[in-house]
Amino acid sequence: MVQDRINVLARRVPVWAVWLLALAPAVWTFYLGLTGGLGAEPIKALERELGEIALQLVILGLCITPLRRHLGVNLIRFRRAVGLLAFSYVCLHLLVWLVLDVQILAQIWADIVKRPYVTVGFSAFLLMIPLALTSNDLSLRRLGPRWRQLHKLTYGVAVLGAVHFIWLSKGFQIEPLIYLAVILGLLVLRWRPLARIRSA
Amino acid sequence: MAHRWINTLSDTDVTPEVAFLNRRQMIAGAAAGVGLSLMAQRARAETLEPNNWDDITTYNNYYEFGTDKGDPARNARTLTTKPWSVTIDGLVDRPGDYAFDEIMAKMTIEERLYRFRCVEAWSMVVPWNGFELADLLELAGVQSGAKYVAFETVLRPDEMPGVRYPVLDWPYVEGLRLDEALHPLTIMATGIYGRDIPNQNGAPLRLVVPWKYGFKSIKSVVRITLTDKEPPTSWNKANAGEYGFYSNVNPEVSHPRWSQATERQIGGGLFSSRVPTLMFNGYGDEVAGLYAGMDLKKNF
Repeated sequence: MVQDRINVLARRVPVWAVWLLALAPAVWTFYLGLTGGLGAEPIKALERELGEIALQLVILGLCITPLRRHLGVNLIRFRRAVGLLAFSYVCLHLLVWLVLDVQILAQIWADIVKRPYVTVGFSAFLLMIPLALTSNDLSLRRLGPRWRQLHKLTYGVAVLGAVHFIWLSKGFQIEPLIYLAVILGLLVLRWRPLARIRSA
Repeated sequence: MAHRWINTLSDTDVTPEVAFLNRRQMIAGAAAGVGLSLMAQRARAETLEPNNWDDITTYNNYYEFGTDKGDPARNARTLTTKPWSVTIDGLVDRPGDYAFDEIMAKMTIEERLYRFRCVEAWSMVVPWNGFELADLLELAGVQSGAKYVAFETVLRPDEMPGVRYPVLDWPYVEGLRLDEALHPLTIMATGIYGRDIPNQNGAPLRLVVPWKYGFKSIKSVVRITLTDKEPPTSWNKANAGEYGFYSNVNPEVSHPRWSQATERQIGGGLFSSRVPTLMFNGYGDEVAGLYAGMDLKKNF
């Protein structure tokens, strides 16, 4: 079976390799920005690239349960790394926005409060903080069943992230809508009646 | 012709393109890139230096060729600009199709070094070549009933991959009040840095209205219609709450989704700072009078 082969292969991949692989684009994009490889306006390009990778990692994280449930592909041991990587990219995205893009403290606060797409994006970041803080064995043990409840916040984070992307786009653009559609699709797969199909 | 605008910037203000390339290479290559780009930034603010050719021709909004800033430079070469003609109709004495070559033969081409401020809060300085729109309109003879000028961009699905998507209601249309159109600052640009204007910048001729947000400066114009009613404009049709008919650069009126108080000058690199946006993009002395008594918050 294909999934068995994938599972065997996945067991051989160390988690640190996933970290290394996933952080490489951040380093590379920053390097490109420094050396003129991101075009005439490197700040926005860097900001956008980091944001998109964050959203892609959130989606990857959401794929792990349905992959196991519906296709028998088990990547669960990478899920924590994927979640923390997504949070890392959101932090970098936010940092670029704060330090390189806006720079002006008063305007940063005004943007967070007054600009809906910034508010939505910032809320997603805030919701990720408890998730990142509890992504360790100790918290998992201490929180018990509440850990699973807490980490359902991921669904909210994903939807807010996609809405953030749609909202900042000018005109009717397809790409951000595709992100939202994929996320909603992955959430629908978790809907109880559908999730039960596997066990039936 | 009597009201010709006198450029306060002379040719000596134009930094040769080569010098720009050198400086950018220095900035890109040096480990001290941070300090250098900060210095460059300061110099730019004081003397109004034009962006280099690469910045101007690779960082574009021309959604008919895609929504990414690099898409127009990648995709616009397919646009056929020869032959080209502009239909001038509506309330004019001599309506008809005006061939581009015929127009060029009659116009005086001059250099205009203008600030260019995009509604997305970035800006450039562009050394345009072109002629005053007023001169072109004179060719067609504006009738006394005309109050507005409507413009239309070419629409060629075969040559424009971006129009497959309903990002906007194609073709792209724009409009000006007649007095804005006749203002000596308003030009039809046909070149940049003395070369033919590249397709991604709106070849073979595009409007440039330097005190308004960039999207008003419609590209690759095929129709100019004189009318007595305010014409529809593309971004206003797409979202009337965000994009008004006037769209004058105004740091005090925010776009609903972002502030217009500051702007990012393109070409400053990864560590440049935003600079304050100027009322009417710095052309208040020349154009503020056009809007005397108007509430610019309401007529944004």
